[in-house]
Amino acid sequence: MAPSTDKKIEISNLYVDYGPLSALRNINLDVYRNEILGIIGPAKSGKSTLLQAINRTIEFIPGARVRGSIKIDGEEVRKIKDINGLRRKIGMVFPLPVGLPLSIYDNVAFAPRMAGIRNKSQLDEIVERCLKQAALWEEVKDRINNLGTKLSGGQQQRLTIARALSHEPEILCLDEFSIAVDPVTTMRIEEVLKELKSQMTIILVTNLVQQARRLANRTAFFMNGELLEIDKTDVIFSDSPAHRVTYEYVTGIFG
Amino acid sequence: MESITFTETPFVRKKKRTEALAKLIFFLMALSMIIPLVMIIAYLVVQAWPILSIDFLLENPANRMRAGGVWAPLLGTIYLVVISLLVSAPIGVLAAVYLNEYATDNWFTRIINLAVVNLAGVPSIVHALFGLGAFVLFAGIGRSILAASLTLAIMTLPVIIASTKEALASVPMPFRTACWNVGATRWQTIRTIVLPNSISGILTGIILQVSRAAGETAPIMFTGAVFFKALKDDGLFAYNLLDQCMALSMHLFTISTQVPDVPHALPYGTAVVLMAIVLLTNGLSIAFRVYLRSRKRW
Ligand SMILES: Nc1ncnc2c1ncn2[C@@H]1O[C@H](COP(=O)(O)OP(=O)(O)OP(=O)(O)O)[C@@H](O)[C@H]1O
Ligand SMILES: [Mg+2]
Repeated sequence: MAPSTDKKIEISNLYVDYGPLSALRNINLDVYRNEILGIIGPAKSGKSTLLQAINRTIEFIPGARVRGSIKIDGEEVRKIKDINGLRRKIGMVFPLPVGLPLSIYDNVAFAPRMAGIRNKSQLDEIVERCLKQAALWEEVKDRINNLGTKLSGGQQQRLTIARALSHEPEILCLDEFSIAVDPVTTMRIEEVLKELKSQMTIILVTNLVQQARRLANRTAFFMNGELLEIDKTDVIFSDSPAHRVTYEYVTGIFG
Repeated sequence: MESITFTETPFVRKKKRTEALAKLIFFLMALSMIIPLVMIIAYLVVQAWPILSIDFLLENPANRMRAGGVWAPLLGTIYLVVISLLVSAPIGVLAAVYLNEYATDNWFTRIINLAVVNLAGVPSIVHALFGLGAFVLFAGIGRSILAASLTLAIMTLPVIIASTKEALASVPMPFRTACWNVGATRWQTIRTIVLPNSISGILTGIILQVSRAAGETAPIMFTGAVFFKALKDDGLFAYNLLDQCMALSMHLFTISTQVPDVPHALPYGTAVVLMAIVLLTNGLSIAFRVYLRSRKRW
C-alpha cells in the first residue's frame, strides 16, 4: 500500500510542560496512514515527550501538563475513556530495552493475555509471529522459556519490539530503538519496518539521521521543543530544506 | 615471550599494609557483633540446661509458678502473634501497595508517609497506653487476647507498611512503564509483575515482626496479658478470643522479678524458649532473603 495522505494522527497546537519547563511548544503535525514518519532533532528537543503525549503515558509523570489537541482516527485522545485500549492501539519502543522479569514467551504473550486472550495455540502463534518480525525468533526459539531479562541488551531490545507488536497496534512508535542493537540487526529490523508499513503507521524517532533518510517517507525536524519543519524526506535531506539549521543538522555541521 | 615482572615499590608495600590493617579492623568490628549474641545464647542455654526438655514446653506452670513448664504462656504468645499479624499484615500490605503504586505525590500522601515513619518510631509503651484507651476502654473489648493482639497489630502495622513499601519500590520503575505501554492496567501490572517480584521481601518484613510481637511486654501488659491463667484443656484452642492470656515475655518478667523462690533454671528456660522463637523467625526471614536473591529475575 502506498502511503496515503489520509490522516492517522492529527496534532494541533500541542504544548507540553514539565512543571515550569516547557518541553513542546505549538506543535502542528499530521501523521499519515501507512507512512513512516521520521523524527530527528538534537537532544532535549522533545521527541520522546511527543511520543509519550500520544499514548498518554505522560500522565504518569508528576507535573507534566498537556494542552492542545491530539486526534487518532479523528478521536480526541484526551477524551478517550478506555485508556488501556488506546495504549494497545499504539506499540511503544523506548531507547533502553526492558525485558520484563518473565520468560521470553511470557514477555511477548503479556499484552495479549492482559487483553484477555487465553487460548494457548493463539498465544503460541502471536509469540512466534512477533519474535519473527523482531528478528529474534531464530536465536531464542529453543529457549523460549528462559528469562527475558537474561538476554543480551540487543536481544532485549528486539524482545521489546516483539512485545510492542504483540497487541497488533495500528501505530508503532520507535524511540531510538537502535541504541542497544548492533548494525547488522539494526538493518534486519529496518527491513521489517519497511514491511510493517503496509499494516501500520510508524513513527520513528532517531538520532541516526541516515536511518530516517533510509526509512522515512517524511521527516520532521524538532529543535528546542519546536517543530522547525516537516517535509518529504528527500526535501529535508536535500541541499535546500526550508531552514538552514535543518541542513546543518542532517549534514552534521550543526553545533 | 618475555614475561614482565613487577617489583613492589615501598609505596605499593605501604598501601598493601594499610589495606590489610583496614581489613582486620573491619573484621574485628563484624566479629564484635557476633560475640555478645553467642555469649548470651551460650549463657542462657547453660543456665537453663537442667530444665530444658519437651515437657518443659508442653507443661503448664505449676506450684505458683515455681515448677512446671511454659505451655500456657507459649500458647498465649502464639495467639497474640498470629492474631495481631492476621490483622496487621493484610492491612499493612494493602496500604503499602496503595501508597507505592497508586497514590500520587500530594500533601495528603506525604502526611500519611510521614505518619508511617513516625509511628514506626513510637515507643511500645505508648502503643500500650493507646491500646488500653482505644480497645480495652473505649471500644469496650476489655482486657483480652483480642485487645492485646489489636494493640500489637497497631504497633507492627507501620513497620510492615514501611518494609512492604521498600520491597515494592525495589521493583524497577521501567517494568511498570513497559506494562502500561502495552495497555496493562495498574492492577494487572501489580498482580503480574510487581507483587511476584517483591513477595519475598514483603514476607521477610512480616516475619521479622513475628519476633518483635513475641518479644514485647509493654503493649500486652495493660491490654490482655496476665500473671497467671489456668487453661481449660491441653488443646491448641484452650484460649478464647475474649480471655486474658499468659505470654512468654510477661511470664519471664514475672518469674524473674515478682515471684520469690523460683528455681534458678526456670527463668532461663523461659528465656531460651523466647530466644528460640526470635532466632527461628529471624532465621526464616534470612532464608527467605537468600532464596529471593537466588531467584532474582533481572
Ligand atoms: N520526566 C521528565 N521530567 C521533567 N522533565 C523532563 C522529563 N522528561 C523530559 N524532560 C525534559 O523535557 C525536555 C524534552 O525531553 P525529551 O526527552 O522529550 O527530549 P528528546 O528529544 O527525546 O531528547 P533525546 O534525544 O536526548 O532523547 C528536556 O528538556 C527534558 O529535560
Ligand atoms: Mg528521547
